[in-house]
Formats: sequence, C-alpha cells, structure tokens
Amino acid sequence: MKRYMVYILILILSVPLWAEKATAEEILKAVDKNMISTTSKARSRMIVHSRRASRTMEAISYSRGNSKFYSEYLAPPREKGTKMLKLEDDLWIYDPGTDRSIQISGNMLKQSVMGSDLSYEDMMEESTLLEDYSATLKGEINYDKRPCWILELIARRDKVTYYKRMAYIDKERKAPLYEEWYAKSGKLLKTVKYWDVQRVGGRWYPMAFEFKDALKKGKGTQYFIDEIELDIAIPDHIFSKAMLRK
Amino acid sequence: MFSFIIKGIMRDRHRWLFPILIVMSAVSILVFGFSFLEGYKQSYIRQTARFNTGHLKVVSRAYAEMLDLKPYDLALLDVSEELEEYRLRYPQLEWAERINFGALLDVPDAEGNTRVQGEVVGFAIDLFNSEKEAGRLQLAQALRNGELPQRSGELLLSSLAADKMQIAIGDTITLMGSTVFGAMSMQNFRVCGTVEFGIGSLDQGAVVADLNDIRQFLDMQDAAGEILAFFKSGEYERKEARLISTDFNANYSDAADEFSPLMLRLQDQGNIGYILNMLDASLFWMSAGFILILAIVLWNSGLLNGIRRYGEFGVRLAVGESKRHIYLAVLAEALIIGIAGSCLGVLIGSGISLYFNNTGMDMTVYNRSSSMLSENILYTSLNAYSIIVSFIPGVLSTLLGAALAGTAIFKRDTSQLFKELET
Repeated sequence: MKRYMVYILILILSVPLWAEKATAEEILKAVDKNMISTTSKARSRMIVHSRRASRTMEAISYSRGNSKFYSEYLAPPREKGTKMLKLEDDLWIYDPGTDRSIQISGNMLKQSVMGSDLSYEDMMEESTLLEDYSATLKGEINYDKRPCWILELIARRDKVTYYKRMAYIDKERKAPLYEEWYAKSGKLLKTVKYWDVQRVGGRWYPMAFEFKDALKKGKGTQYFIDEIELDIAIPDHIFSKAMLRK
Repeated sequence: MFSFIIKGIMRDRHRWLFPILIVMSAVSILVFGFSFLEGYKQSYIRQTARFNTGHLKVVSRAYAEMLDLKPYDLALLDVSEELEEYRLRYPQLEWAERINFGALLDVPDAEGNTRVQGEVVGFAIDLFNSEKEAGRLQLAQALRNGELPQRSGELLLSSLAADKMQIAIGDTITLMGSTVFGAMSMQNFRVCGTVEFGIGSLDQGAVVADLNDIRQFLDMQDAAGEILAFFKSGEYERKEARLISTDFNANYSDAADEFSPLMLRLQDQGNIGYILNMLDASLFWMSAGFILILAIVLWNSGLLNGIRRYGEFGVRLAVGESKRHIYLAVLAEALIIGIAGSCLGVLIGSGISLYFNNTGMDMTVYNRSSSMLSENILYTSLNAYSIIVSFIPGVLSTLLGAALAGTAIFKRDTSQLFKELET
C-alpha cells in the first residue's frame, strides 16, 4: 500500500511538468502552423536603417515551405533585377550587371543580406521551429497590449544558427510578437519585433517585422509585406536556376 | 699614471686578453643586434606606412573606432574638395586616397557557374593618375606574372591565390561585395597579373585594383575609405606628425559628428604604437641583459685575476700602498680594457652591420608565416645611437665586474701580509 502511495505521489508531481512541456510544444506547433505555409507569394519592402542612411528595397518573392525560396528585387535601380534562389541547402545570387549567378556558401552565409540586419544564414533555415528547438514555457507577459506566452527555445542540434531564442507568442493568434536570438555563449545576437498581425488565408500573419542585429551599430531593418498570398499554386520553374538568368 | 697602468696591462697578457675578447665579442653582438632591430623597426615603419597606415591617415571618426576592420561603409564621402584644402594647408605632405575592402572572388566555369571561389582582401589605389602609388606598394617588384593594370577593369591577384584557384592571366573573375550603403554588388575584372608582396598576410589572398574601378564596384564615387598622407622626405617624422595631427583635428574634426574626418598618426593606429614601443623596449632590455651577463663573466674573470695577482697586491700593500689606491688602479685597468674591448667590438660589429646594410638579409622564409608587415630583404641600420648604447655597456660591465671582484682587496688583513707572503 505504501509503495502504491509513492507511485501515485510521483505521478501527481510529474503531471504539471508534463503538461507544461506539452503546452509549450503545442504553442510552438501552432506558431509553425501559422507562419509556415505550403507556398507563398509576397511583394515586400525592406528598409535598411544603417548608420549613414536609410535605403528602401522592393522585392517580389515566392516560397515553398522553408526549403525553396526565390526573390527578385524591383527597386532601387542599382538593385533592380538582382535575384536570389534558395534550393534546400544551396543559395545563389544573380546580378544582372555582370550576368553572373554566384553561389553563396561558407563564411559568406554569415554576411548581411543587402546590408540589412539579416544574414544569408537566417534565410537558410530549413526546418520548423518545433524540429529545431525544444520549448519551455517561461511565463506570461503583456506585449504590445496583447497577452503573450514567453517561450524559451533551446536548439536540439548544433547545426541550428541560434542556440537559444526567447519568444513572446500572442496567446489568441498564436503568432510571434517579439523574439530574442542568442548565441551558445549567451550573447544576444538579434532581436525581432513583429506587428500588424493580419488574417491571411486562415492564418494570423505579421505583415511587418523589425530585425536588429545587436552586434551592429545601425538602427535596424524593417520589413513590410505589402501583398501576400498563401497556399497558392506556384509553378516549379520558379524554383529553378533557369529563373535567375530570365 | 695612466701610461704606467697601460704599461702594466700590456706587459701582462693575462690581464687583458681574455677580458678584451669577451668585451669585444659582446659589444660587436650588441652593435649588430641594435642595428638589426633598428633596421627591422624602420622596415616595419616603411612597409606599414606604404601598405596600411601612411605616415598620417585621415578617416571618419566612425571608421577610426573600428580601424582594424577597415569598415569602408563608414568611409569619407565627397572627399575631393576637402583633399584640395588639405593639400594647401599641409604642403609638406603627399596624399593618397585608398579603399581597403573585403570581397568574395568568384571564378566562373565555361557556363558561367561558380567553378571556385574564395575570400580576398582588396586594395584600391590610384593606379592611373598617381605616379607614386604603384611605387609605394612596390607593384613592379612584386609582379610575378603578367603586367600591371593598364586600363580600367583589370586587377592584380596574389600569386598564391591564383595558383590555389587555378586562375590564369587574362581570366575574368567576379568580385562580390557590399556597396558603401550595404547593398550587394558584383563586378567583373580581368586578371592582368599576379603579385607576391612577401607579406604573409597579404599573399594569402589579395587583389589590387584601380581606385575608380572599386569606387564604381562599391558605389563610392568621390569617396575614400582612408586618405593616407606621406612626408615628402619619405621618412616618418614623429614630432612633425604630432603637430600636424593636432592642428588637423582642431580644424576639421568634430567630436559630435561621427562622419567628420579624424587624423591619426602612424603610431595611433591599431597596435603599431605598442609594437614600436616594444621594439624600443627590447633594445633597452637587450642592453641591460648584456650588461648583467658581461658583468658576471667579468666579475668571475676579475676574481680569477685577483687570485693570480694575490701576491702582487700583498706586496703592494706591504710596501705601503693603500687599499683604496690599489682598488682604484684595478678600476682604471678595467676602464682601459673596457674602452679598448668596446672600441674593437664597435669596429667589428659596425663592419658586420655595414656589410648587411649593403647586401641585406633575405627574410622571405620568416615573413611567409608572419602577419607583421616587413620587407623580404632586411637591411641593418647602423647609427650613432646603436654605437653609443653598445659601447657604454661594454665599458660599464667591465667596470662593474672589476668593482665587484676588487672588493676582495679590502678584505686583506695587513697584519697577516708577511705571513701570507712567506708561504
């Protein structure tokens, strides 16, 4: 009888731990479901606020899951016609001035995309958050007048770019509103703010982001989605190298 | 008195031969060591100034904060007007605009796809309008294959990188980098020649291109990452550099504006001041070390001499010569030996130094693995300072050795002298 009591006690004590873990992972799963569409087509503006000046770039981009991505810059004139293609682990950039497609690899992946606070490496993330991170619910907070969960995400494997993330997730919409990305040493590398969360094709999707590289002195990079279509049919040829020179 | 002592020394070979040989060897090594280090220091200053720092350098305040990273996105913009003003205000200087940049060098295959790529550091200098810039980087001497750029769109590549990436003269390569505003940029260049500077850090992968080509590549029209200034005399003048930089910063720099110009002296840049101080300190410690070692050796030699001359000192004391007088005589002997040995050492050391001052020493092997900017052929630099700071330790150490060994004279007991002499 005494032994059964001990088992019951252990079971009772472990239930909240299990529930918390399950909840955190469920939240993460919901975020993935919200943020990763089968396909997407978007027209966006990226405003890079460097120490010296602000520049606005416009682009049209297509994606299929997290593994395929194609974008073409439409403005300003110097960048117009520049294209990027990501297929699984490979990334190419096409420059119309030189008519060259260059594969970005190695250390170059750590470089900034168009002078922004995003690196090519950030674009190369393949998996869902749930695949890359184990989540722990750390508490609750009101952020941007929205009740949020605070999630701590720890990388499940070494290949993941950021070892730890702290994320504020909108409780109602299951969309991220704020994130901090950390190195394994604990150093803060980047912060991301999300706002203007809109209902797009049955999902809650942030239409504006602000990335800030904590190691750079600039004023951050803002990213605005002007038009977006989710889960639409995109022809295969869009995600082919032939598109770069078209 | 001195002629009497000199006669005494000359007639007793044991008194002078060994000490003079020691002092002579040590002083000649010191003279050579000093002239070698001085030559190295001058080579380092020359090479660093040519490739990196100038004798003075003007950059933006924001650029100066991250000087070692060469952040050309924090370059000085619209520089031509300012440069004209600088030229008028400081006529003793020659000016050179430069851009140092990092880029990805991509080599296409026949179909235009990436065959091979690697990271390079780039030097943009005025190749076509400046008569001196190509000379400052010693491009003609560094050229291994091909020719120097003759027209826009050509660049030089370090031969190691060319070999590694199998790039031939005439091949077209693409440089990929970021513009001054952070946008991605690509530009095709024809490799017209390969170079080897003999500087490990540069020979691993460097490109040299014309300033205007790189301005176009990096969207830096009328901009310069750095404006280098060189004294027309060709030599770095420390005091003058301090006066000019103080005047410049008082007139042109504004602490509230991170993009206002700031003038830096050669030794203000990176760890160059520290390295120069280290070289100066090493000269001092080398000298101090030699004094100590020599003094110990000569002390020992003096002790042996004291034992050998035990009887002589005893007789001199017995006939009434004071201990102090004998001690001073020993010191005078040491002074003469020290001067003679140091003179010989200076002659021999100067001879060796002058030989290497003319022929130079090939340091190529050592420079390959070094990140320090110094020339492949190192010429020793003999000057009055090297001679004086070598001569003084030669004399001082002999005196110190004799002074220590001579103290034994004061321990002799006069009442025991005759007893000692009998035995």
